[in-house]
Amino acid sequence: MEKLLAWIDDRFPLTKVWEEHLSKYYAPKNFNFWYYFGSLALLVLVLQIVTGIFLTMHYKPDTALAFASVEYIMRDVSWGWLIRYLHSTGASFFFIVVYLHMFRAMLYGSHRKPRELLWIIGVIIFVALMAESFMGYLLPWGNMSYWGAQVIISLFEAIPYVGPGLSEWIRGDFVVADATLNRFFAFHVIAIPLVLVVLVFVHIVALHKVGSNNPDGIEIKKKKDANGIPLDGIPFHPYYTVKDIVGVIVFLMVFAAVVFFAPELGGWFLEPDNFVPANILQTPPEIVPLWYFTPYYSILRANTVNFLLVDAKVWGVIFMALSIMVFFFLPWLDRSPAKSIRYRGWIYKSALAIFVVAFVILGYLGTKSPQAIDLMLFPNVYWAQIFTIVYFAFFALMPWYTKLDKTKPVPERVTK
Amino acid sequence: MKKAILILLCAALPGLSLASGGEHTKLDAVKIDLSDKASLQRGARTFINYCLSCHSISYMRYNRMGEDLGISDELVRENLMFAADKTGELMKAAMTREDGKKWFGTAPPDLSLVARSRGPNWFYTYMRSFYHDDKSSTGWNNTLFQNVAMPHVLHDVQGLQRAVYRTEKHESETVKDGKKVKKVTEEQVFDRFEIEKPGSMTTSQYDESMRDLTNFMVYVGEPAKLVRYRIGVGVLVFLAIFFVVAYLLKKEYWKDVH
Repeated sequence: MEKLLAWIDDRFPLTKVWEEHLSKYYAPKNFNFWYYFGSLALLVLVLQIVTGIFLTMHYKPDTALAFASVEYIMRDVSWGWLIRYLHSTGASFFFIVVYLHMFRAMLYGSHRKPRELLWIIGVIIFVALMAESFMGYLLPWGNMSYWGAQVIISLFEAIPYVGPGLSEWIRGDFVVADATLNRFFAFHVIAIPLVLVVLVFVHIVALHKVGSNNPDGIEIKKKKDANGIPLDGIPFHPYYTVKDIVGVIVFLMVFAAVVFFAPELGGWFLEPDNFVPANILQTPPEIVPLWYFTPYYSILRANTVNFLLVDAKVWGVIFMALSIMVFFFLPWLDRSPAKSIRYRGWIYKSALAIFVVAFVILGYLGTKSPQAIDLMLFPNVYWAQIFTIVYFAFFALMPWYTKLDKTKPVPERVTK
Repeated sequence: MKKAILILLCAALPGLSLASGGEHTKLDAVKIDLSDKASLQRGARTFINYCLSCHSISYMRYNRMGEDLGISDELVRENLMFAADKTGELMKAAMTREDGKKWFGTAPPDLSLVARSRGPNWFYTYMRSFYHDDKSSTGWNNTLFQNVAMPHVLHDVQGLQRAVYRTEKHESETVKDGKKVKKVTEEQVFDRFEIEKPGSMTTSQYDESMRDLTNFMVYVGEPAKLVRYRIGVGVLVFLAIFFVVAYLLKKEYWKDVH
């Protein structure tokens, strides 16, 4: 066995990689609940790829066959229903996990120096994930798939001059049609997954270069023992591998509960309108994307006023794009001397809490008709406008309020 | 700029109507029980006798239905298969879509997934909301689905149903030229159904029969529902045991981390 390992090590740095990234990769010992979501995101990625492979064996990317082929998987393919539910539930859980993973960074300042590039790669993964799920959502060729794609692609038409041509180029037709379905299939099953896998790899490489942040927001590499090992670090393997297994099981219990007992989750994960085949003549009463896009969809629809000679629709697209792009700048918007929320004052704590509330409410409003009154007093669109302002104020004012905020002294070593 | 918009919007608020529109017909709740095989079998019989001539459930196969509902292949072939030769065939309607379009103006939709797209309560309410209406071309109408193209195929079972309306008065006050003006509007509101001519079943028997049919439609919408709850319990029990082992393992390793 040792001889075999030596033989391999002469030709491939197996032991070196194992040590550098697992058995001698030192992670802070004070990770808490929020630090499960990185490994869980990786788990869901693998789950989506594996279930996706099995789905492609029976799925037909053809407008005449797609819807029926999904039902064929649900009924006639052995365990097809399970594979499909794992995939559809996995899509929503991917976003749950990634949102919590991003929120962790905002809690403990994980995007701050020296992890800016790590964060940027992460945001690119997030954008790729959005593209991946958007294209995947078209594939069942349900009526909501169809109209959702129709609406989102038509957004590109808002771009001056090139817009109409661009959206036609994306669709490959004047409306969402067979050409669109086929190319979305190609992007969904190979192009974007490849990009995602490479980006995730790069994300981990960048992480292991700078080392993990921790709930105290301090650098464990600053205090090392005589052997150059961080005093507050523990080897990732076996400590965090065994800990993450516990996290994985708890996650799988929640996940399985949804897959087996409520795969539609009351219309939040699988919409009732998507159990009707795509029909160009029958628009659903309310075209809404799935929950993970609704905050941005709300921001898109909140722009109802033409100003600066630009059409409201164009502003909607601009602000929606901005609402996602703004995450790229987070490391530079935050000017607080403390990284972790533990040592920050009330201003950042309140700002983050208000941002979460705004994000959730925008998400909720995105599933409702703009004209209806679902919150109180006035129609949803006005609430969406208020919370859109709150959403952007969180980022736009961050350089000032984080500087203003009184911080507590940051400890030298990690606390429990 | 954004703030200016907000101020403008807030100023416009009092002018907005606060009444939320949209009247929804109340759906009657139906109890779904997929473990009730007898109910599923009765529902299947009703569907095949009354619905399958026009409506396909084309993602469903005869033999799969037989297997899941505990009906042997012979029984399926003798009693339930009218529009197919082999039990492995999909349950397609006897009528073609073209004929359907010619006769009813619109092709009767495939009902494989109706319980998932509309929901069981909708289906149950719909099947009990047909009423006699001389003004419609088929002689039938439906309170849940106004001017539906479908005639009431179960009328000999349910009987001839009539919709009874009551008059509701709404008082509203508007201010005109500084004076309050009371305005009373009358509206015809659906009140209840009355059986004009009884059918072969009583109302409660018919309701029970429609519950069976709805039960069957829920099964047809997702045959895997018959097994997935049971498997889910097994998976969760397995994970719970796995959790204990993993947790103890983690505790053992982490003993030496201080």
